[in-house]
Amino acid sequence: MQAKLKVSRFDPETMGQGQRRWDEFELDVHPSATVLDALIQIREEVDGTLSLRCACRASICGSCGMRVNGDAKLVCKTRIVDTFKDGETIVVEPMGNQAIIKDLVVSLDPFFDKVRQVDPYLQPDAEPDQGEFVASNDSMVNLLTAMNCIMCGACVSDCTVLEVDEAFIGPAALAKAWRFVEDPRDDQRDERLKELNDVEGGIWDCTRCFKCVEVCPKDVAPMDRIMEMRDMAIEAGNTNTPGYRHTESFNKSVKKHGRLDEARLAVESAGYTNVPRLIDLAEIGIRSTLKGKMPPIVPHKADDKEKITRIFERVESERK
Amino acid sequence: MKFAFYPGCVARGAGPELFDSAVAVMDRLGIEWVELTGAACTGAGVLQEKDQKLGDILNIRTLAMAEQLGLPVLTICSTCQGVMSQADRRVRRDADYLEEINSYLAEEGLSYSGNTTVKHLLWVLVEDIGVETLQKTFVKELSGVNLAPFYGCYIVRPSDALGFDEHPERQTSLETVIEAVGGTVVDFPGKTACCGFPILLINQRNSLRMVANHTGTASELGADAMVTPCPLCHLNLDGYQPKARRQNNRGKADLPIIHLPQLLGLVMGIDTKTLGLGKHLVNTRDIVRKVDSIPVG
Repeated sequence: MQAKLKVSRFDPETMGQGQRRWDEFELDVHPSATVLDALIQIREEVDGTLSLRCACRASICGSCGMRVNGDAKLVCKTRIVDTFKDGETIVVEPMGNQAIIKDLVVSLDPFFDKVRQVDPYLQPDAEPDQGEFVASNDSMVNLLTAMNCIMCGACVSDCTVLEVDEAFIGPAALAKAWRFVEDPRDDQRDERLKELNDVEGGIWDCTRCFKCVEVCPKDVAPMDRIMEMRDMAIEAGNTNTPGYRHTESFNKSVKKHGRLDEARLAVESAGYTNVPRLIDLAEIGIRSTLKGKMPPIVPHKADDKEKITRIFERVESERK
Repeated sequence: MKFAFYPGCVARGAGPELFDSAVAVMDRLGIEWVELTGAACTGAGVLQEKDQKLGDILNIRTLAMAEQLGLPVLTICSTCQGVMSQADRRVRRDADYLEEINSYLAEEGLSYSGNTTVKHLLWVLVEDIGVETLQKTFVKELSGVNLAPFYGCYIVRPSDALGFDEHPERQTSLETVIEAVGGTVVDFPGKTACCGFPILLINQRNSLRMVANHTGTASELGADAMVTPCPLCHLNLDGYQPKARRQNNRGKADLPIIHLPQLLGLVMGIDTKTLGLGKHLVNTRDIVRKVDSIPVG
């Protein structure tokens, strides 16, 4: 089977950071070949200087994260025949949001610095009675999603927040944080949640764009873990953030009107005492009005708003 | 072709030009519709953060209302599409969960059995109407007009909730429409990224960096306008573009952000007032002039 690859190359000895060169290769590969097989074939048969990272070749070790046609993937798990049926060119680049060391190899130092930032170890208050902590199977099953993480960095590569803000803790480390927040043997749950709520780049900075959910090869769904921690942080009493006010205002509006009260949501998220932000909102409001588009000060309401309110009340009463 | 129309909160609130242009375009396309005026907001993923089940009840309620009418749901919001599709996928995968959700709807005499679908107008154009029929409603061809697509996260992810296996054409539907109107697609990596709107009220600095990156890159690549099927993206990319580009040194805020139905309206010869093209914060004058200068026929 013929395969066409276009591979991003970077040599730190001859090129400056940010530069790259594209090399194209045409190969005869085995019908069941993966993108990794093709890259190794290039290195062994065509160009021995091609650098890439890989180890297990069975999507267990998490070493071979790369971008294939724009999306982060484990290349050992990406079969050419499945993905590129019509013989189109396979574009292989190093992962995003991480500094390139050479060709397809990125530095994982920032990745692990962020994992360390969330204290990825159990912090019990006391020594166990019997030499070890016993946790029931039931209490641990829930953790399997995040424990499946192989730290390949695919989610970090494609995170849309990390693209604009290096301070964001990011999907992998936040999923790791969740794993310890949820662990029944850990005694720092509230402290962890408070820190993740308060710190710059914490749980409220995620945009909910689903990129990490989409690219994760192990179904960790980091974004879902982050959303769960937002709710847990609120339940633990962390109500000092625009994120909390935003969620509350949204909930209140849909409960009352059946629809979103956009103007009030903006003001309430900012906080009634946040003068600079309120001036900013007023400016946008005035400019919209001048364009003949008044901000909806009187909110649009659903015809069935009473029925919708009753659904909210029933769910809320069951939650208690 | 008849649909239960779910315009979404923004089209009925902060972005009325989307509703007006969509209605005008659907009329030209011969799409009949009845608005689901009793339906709730989808929750946009925000309600779901707090209580996913509550969000699912509201969205399955909307689907049940459409099912009762015997109609598929039509939306004009990428976010509404995604959130309703996700809720639909959860109840289709789990019969017990569907039964639980239906128990909240019984009081109203509603029950969902999975006999309807949710479709964005964008998908209806390429799947139900088809490019050839669509083009018969056009009075001009936008040759020489460079248009950057901007999808909105929830109409592209999570892909397994959006029927891409069955309908692979959905993944390139916006490019298909841009080509159908005769425009040139300005391809750029940000087209399926986040516009920043969900964190606008939480971390404005990051949100505006996203706006500046996407609009700045598209402008630098020669785009005359950006086209989006998502009114939430529109609010951020249009409303905050001046501030975003100023703060991040990405040039003048010169990229008009056009709602999908506005683009169709322009090639159908619908007047710019009906399309609400004067209601944007980034001036649409240049793109409108460019389209006006193309002769009909």
